[in-house]
Amino acid sequence: MANWCMVIDLEKCVACQGCSVACRMENNTPVVSPDEAKNGRAIRWNDVFPLPVHIAPEQGEYPNVKTHYATRPCMHCENAPCVKTCPVQATYIDEEGIVRQNYDRCIGCRFCTVACPYGVRYFNWYAPQWEGSLENHLNPDELSVNGSLEGPAVRPVGVVEKCTYCVHRLVKARERAAAEGREFRADEYVPACVQTCTGKARYFGDLDDPDSTVSQLSKSLRATHLLEDSGAHPKTLYLAEG
Amino acid sequence: MQPIITAQDRENLVSPLFKFDRQFWMTIAALLVVTLPGLALYVRQLFLGLGVTDLNRPVFWGAYLVNFIFLIGISMAGTVISAVLHLLKIEWRRPITRIAESLTVFGLMVAGLQIIMDMGRPDRLVNTLLYGRLQAPLMWDIASLTLYLLTASFALYLQLLPDIAFMRDSTPENAPTWRKKLYSTLSLGWRGNKEQWARLEKAITTVSVILIPIGVSLHTVTSWLFSTTVQPGWKSTILGPYFVVGAIYSGIGLLFIATAFATQYNHHLKGYITDTFYKNLGWIFIVMSFVWFYFTLNETLVVTTEQETLEFPVMAAKLFGEFAPAFWGMNVLMTAATWILIALKLPVKARSNPLFKTATGLVMTALAAVTFAALSMNIPALHASLVKTILLAAFIVFFILALLGLTGWFQARLIPSTVIASAFVLFGMWLERWNILMPTLTHARIIPYTTYFPTATEIALTISTFGILTLIFVIFYKFFPSISIWEVEAGRAIEQKNGG
Ligand code: SF4
Ligand code: SF4
Repeated sequence: MANWCMVIDLEKCVACQGCSVACRMENNTPVVSPDEAKNGRAIRWNDVFPLPVHIAPEQGEYPNVKTHYATRPCMHCENAPCVKTCPVQATYIDEEGIVRQNYDRCIGCRFCTVACPYGVRYFNWYAPQWEGSLENHLNPDELSVNGSLEGPAVRPVGVVEKCTYCVHRLVKARERAAAEGREFRADEYVPACVQTCTGKARYFGDLDDPDSTVSQLSKSLRATHLLEDSGAHPKTLYLAEG
Repeated sequence: MQPIITAQDRENLVSPLFKFDRQFWMTIAALLVVTLPGLALYVRQLFLGLGVTDLNRPVFWGAYLVNFIFLIGISMAGTVISAVLHLLKIEWRRPITRIAESLTVFGLMVAGLQIIMDMGRPDRLVNTLLYGRLQAPLMWDIASLTLYLLTASFALYLQLLPDIAFMRDSTPENAPTWRKKLYSTLSLGWRGNKEQWARLEKAITTVSVILIPIGVSLHTVTSWLFSTTVQPGWKSTILGPYFVVGAIYSGIGLLFIATAFATQYNHHLKGYITDTFYKNLGWIFIVMSFVWFYFTLNETLVVTTEQETLEFPVMAAKLFGEFAPAFWGMNVLMTAATWILIALKLPVKARSNPLFKTATGLVMTALAAVTFAALSMNIPALHASLVKTILLAAFIVFFILALLGLTGWFQARLIPSTVIASAFVLFGMWLERWNILMPTLTHARIIPYTTYFPTATEIALTISTFGILTLIFVIFYKFFPSISIWEVEAGRAIEQKNGG
């Protein structure tokens, strides 16, 4: 079984937010009004923000300024606090190391959103809405597991959603390989953000395969995790700017 | 020997239950007026989603959760009074065991409502049964709450049983048949013979023993909802006992208020609930006050001194930041409450010193309130540290003088003063819960710091919650006596035995 993992090279990231947009289109994440967004209700499964978070980015005086940015999908933690706290197992780690979300089971208690150290989980405060023609560009993919919605089809009000490493793409890639009567290869599956990344800063693959790019990169001296000390054993890797 | 329960007792305790007078309907109407707007707004929330609150990312929990913790806190009253004091065989508990126990049950009922109000998908509540994970702290809480509610209801019923039988036998002739039926069904054929009493006594003692660990578990588990996460400000082992202490503390406060409310409502009760109750429970109240301050000091001092990168910003928000009014407001309320309670225990002396005049106290209270407001408000002109220091010193002086000045007034009025202190404690405890939740939620690690203030919906629902609590209380005591008649009887029997 594969152990899927993403590696993000912050040295190559140009903070263009292409990944955010690709994620939005791929996963049908609802848009909210600017007012709502200001009130902290924007849903960005993959967010791009300045680091450090709590110090105003304009620190320093021209020309001695430097701003760092981070792009942040879900960490798909190996000891995920969200999974540990969910009372109904609406979020769980599958056997390929992806932390998944069952939208039909979630009771909307928001325990996971409070427990996640990375602020990766988003709640549907209102029923999702799309403005104008956006509605016509929804991704038609739908992933159901045992009759429960898990894929990019639009989520109902009152449930929590988050980055799934585009797990529906994995299912689709496997199905295609099966239909063509051949073995599925790990490089047939990447999430939308990895596919689109302007700076080619994102890598994706099987961490347990010693020959894969991600496991090679994980040995780099620059390899690190976000909030290494959170106790959640985050899996998504970063290559530090250096 | 006199009959222990006299005709007068019947007149005082039973007949009001069959009089649906103006006062009763007015109370119900008033309570409905405060409750209904919230209910209407809840229906709106059901249709639109939790967007109608001010919750956001990362403040995923808000007023509903604060209310939840507060309500299960006040529900501790019954367990402490009836179970602990019952086991310790403390006599003065007898007249108020009924009110105490019922507050536990009602408090837990409305606390349960808070969880449902806070859920994004209340329609999926049954999922907790279908797919419940016992490893999840929230499931511990749901399990503990259910168990506590069931046990406490059972305890209340056991304790009511002889009185239901008493009601069955004293129902006036003209009472509606359904009420007669109600009492005779609920009394389960209680005859009050020796064997039944022996069994009841045993059952009550057993339930009391069981109730205490369940009560402690609920408050502890609720604290674990927070302390088992890795969020700064919550990762604390003190939270469990702190919640238990806070629960007992606010539980006693509510018990005082409910008792005073009940005696105000039915004046005859004054003959049963005497000053002894206020005085003795007052001692426990003072002790809880000091334990509470001790825990608060532990929480505050340790984090403030170690100044850890993630923890300290949360604490700083309470000490000097946007949560300072709530944090210091809580401490001021608790200090005032503790002083009032202590003042009631001091020997009364008429004083001629103008410092101890009520008028001085009132003026000083006003000045203290103004300086506190000035300190809390974000007025740029007051930002200079010298101005702030002077204001702070002035506030402390005014506050102390206010307490001293009003001491005589408090000492002359046992019950009103106790009720005022209780109200301070209740409000302070609500703020305490707020101060535990909000600073952490608004100071997430890698999400920009945000703010939160309850919207009209959340405020209206909070008011409704307390309206519903009072409604249940008022209606319940239209059907069952608010004084445990058989306990009064037993108490008198003991007195007669000791006296003769
Ligand atoms: S980053 Fe958050 S949402 Fe993702 S697995 Fe870890 S705890 Fe769960
Ligand atoms: S909000 Fe949903 S996914 Fe999150 S803990 Fe609650 S039930 Fe589980």
